[in-house]
Amino acid sequence: MKHHLILRVVTKMLIPSILLFALYVQFHGDFGPGGGFQAGVIFAAAFILYAIVFGLETARRVMPTWLLQSLIATGLILYAGVGFVGMFLGGNYLNYTVLTGHAHSGQHIGLLLIELGVGITVSTVMIAIYFSFASRTPRMGDEDW
Amino acid sequence: MLLTFLGMTAFAIIHTHHLFAVVMMSGVFSLLSAGLLVMLDAVDVAFTEAAVGAGISTVLMLGTLTLTARREKVSKRANWVPLIVVCVTGAALIYGTLDMPLFGDPNAPSMTHVMPEYIEGTEHIFQIPNVVTAVLGSYRGYDTLGETAVVFTAGIGVILLLGAVGGRKRDARDENESGEGS
Repeated sequence: MKHHLILRVVTKMLIPSILLFALYVQFHGDFGPGGGFQAGVIFAAAFILYAIVFGLETARRVMPTWLLQSLIATGLILYAGVGFVGMFLGGNYLNYTVLTGHAHSGQHIGLLLIELGVGITVSTVMIAIYFSFASRTPRMGDEDW
Repeated sequence: MLLTFLGMTAFAIIHTHHLFAVVMMSGVFSLLSAGLLVMLDAVDVAFTEAAVGAGISTVLMLGTLTLTARREKVSKRANWVPLIVVCVTGAALIYGTLDMPLFGDPNAPSMTHVMPEYIEGTEHIFQIPNVVTAVLGSYRGYDTLGETAVVFTAGIGVILLLGAVGGRKRDARDENESGEGS
């Protein structure tokens, strides 16, 4: 989309605010609507927009394959790992109260960490799915649209 | 009002053979249902619906369209069996809702079973304002872990099937394998 100047400029202006909104939804999940899943999808939407407007190869340079694939696993491991940490500290699996020994702060930290795990996995999976769809050679030419 | 729009969008989807328009209409459908969920005070679900249904899945459908054809194959003869199946299933579902408690009924089983305990605990023990997050992450932490694993597995599955995250380009001769992942 090299010739779409307006699209490129508007996209450049939009992407930072989309990313910021995603982070807000991510870390504000305890207090307002939203959480890891929604934040992950919004975060992925910013990357997908970037990939649509600036091309897949440019987006690949921002989010290389090895990083994408390891982040998919990192989120899930972070979630499960919080559960194991709680277990080693003497509580049940996924009991966050033992993280700090206090129900209030422990739950806050636990929820923040697991939501972060959910967010990382969801966003990278969405980006990976889009990349795999987009990188296949299209059968339709431009004139078909 | 929103329900009327939903119905109109559904009819438009059925009557269009132009798949690009169908994808856009399904995006509109998702956005309308998100609005409906907001009116039912389910803000978190509406958020998800707007982001996933109207955003990501529309993009993925468009990606699928570039891999397949752009027009639906029109079948000449009318197919009555699916219509009958849909009507019977719909009638059974509507019959089932007759036994359900009214919307917002304080004596409904879902309101009296574990809900008071969740609301009390979230407010006084955890001190987290958003009950949805507390239920998802804390009371139902195993479920959310399972859901994250499902998303993880889905991602791995799509990567393995389409196999293109590594940047390899394949020839597009292999047809009819683009329905996944939406």
